[in-house]
Amino acid sequence: MNAEEIRKVVLAELKRIAPELEDVQPAKPLRDQVDLDSMDWLNFLVALNERLKIEIPEADYRKLGTLDQIVDYLSAKAG
Amino acid sequence: MIEFKLPSLGADMDEGKLLAWKVKAGDRVKRGDLVAVVETPKAAVDVEIWQDGVVHELITQPGETIPVGTVMARLAAAGEAPVAAPAPKSAPAVTPAAAPVAAPTGAPTRHPVSPAARKHARELGVDVERLPGSGPHGAVTVEDVEKAAKAAPPKEKAPPKKEAPPPSDKTLAMRKAIAAAMSRSKREIPHYYLSQTIPMQRAVDWLTAYNEKRPLTGRVLMGALQLKAVAFALKDFPDLNGFWKNDAFEPASGIHVGVAISLRKGGLIAPAIHDVAELPLDELMKALADLVRRARAGSLRSSEMSDPTITVTNLGDQGVDEVFPIIYPPQVAIVGFGRLAPHPWAEDGMIGAVPAVVASLGGDHRASDGHRGARFLAAVAALLQEPEKLA
Repeated sequence: MNAEEIRKVVLAELKRIAPELEDVQPAKPLRDQVDLDSMDWLNFLVALNERLKIEIPEADYRKLGTLDQIVDYLSAKAG
Repeated sequence: MIEFKLPSLGADMDEGKLLAWKVKAGDRVKRGDLVAVVETPKAAVDVEIWQDGVVHELITQPGETIPVGTVMARLAAAGEAPVAAPAPKSAPAVTPAAAPVAAPTGAPTRHPVSPAARKHARELGVDVERLPGSGPHGAVTVEDVEKAAKAAPPKEKAPPKKEAPPPSDKTLAMRKAIAAAMSRSKREIPHYYLSQTIPMQRAVDWLTAYNEKRPLTGRVLMGALQLKAVAFALKDFPDLNGFWKNDAFEPASGIHVGVAISLRKGGLIAPAIHDVAELPLDELMKALADLVRRARAGSLRSSEMSDPTITVTNLGDQGVDEVFPIIYPPQVAIVGFGRLAPHPWAEDGMIGAVPAVVASLGGDHRASDGHRGARFLAAVAALLQEPEKLA
């Protein structure tokens, strides 16, 4: 799966959790754009894990601030 | 015969709309089965039955809105011969010995009026006693009152009402339900408020190590650990776990923690997780995730709605330092958690920064005093210093 496909999956899962979300600015911190509590965040990561089969350790959460960062992180792990 | 009545699914509910039956006449049901789906202002709720029996007659029709307490169906109790038809022959009035004493409480002679309808009628100047009711047994509903008010000729030219743009019916109903419960709380409950800053280094370290070994699906949030600490501490504080009813405190038999869950479309719901103190942490986390998911999907069970014995509200993710929580009547206490963040902390004459959280308690002063509340918060704080005991 390439970065573009991963981006689509990430956006789809994000919108499933926050249906009110419209445009995501890829370089802006997600939590400034979407109301995500820790349960939403965990559900989001679980969904990504299920679809992409990529394990995301808790220690890596801090690397996942923006959409771009999430896509980069997952692409590196998928590749 | 067992009468299956519409239960109250929270202090803010006085009527509900039957959406669907999940059983039909002749079906055998057992305690805990889901028998009906009822819409309340807050959610569609799967209503459970608490007795075994065979469905004899479904009285309420889907689509009807009925007051709490209305008999929706009749069932033959286990051991009771299912009655083919109510046939009052000249047989001696002897109930079968096996039947539990579930004698009908007597059909209402005058048609019932829901409290909401009565209140609404007063506001609109409608005489409820003279209204024909459209509910079962001629029950008068809010809709009947509104129809009557509209039908009545206007007394004077009413000034045009200025109204905010109409929100959706659901949002409106949700706001009304919250307004009713919170107004009652602030009107009736003499709250006292306490808070304590709890150092969380041990809990954070322990939970980090706990989660490190687990796949994403098995990870536990700090919120679950806090819930467990509250429930565990409550074992020694029965005076904070229960209900204020009829001018007296009724302790609850179990510790069923209501979890305040915000809904994306706006509004709030606080269904219960049952017997939290007895649940292993990973199961509690699963129950919490499941509850949040179902609350947001609008699919809750009646027992979850009707029996929380205390509520926990966690606004830490939103960044607040401290919550000043308002009790959900008829409960007598509510616990709030703020943000988990580094706090300056003095220990052994040294100052450092440690992760900490402010826990707060809103207590009903009729049921308990600040002294007890303070000891309770201290117990929660102590438990969070030994997180392994909460696993």
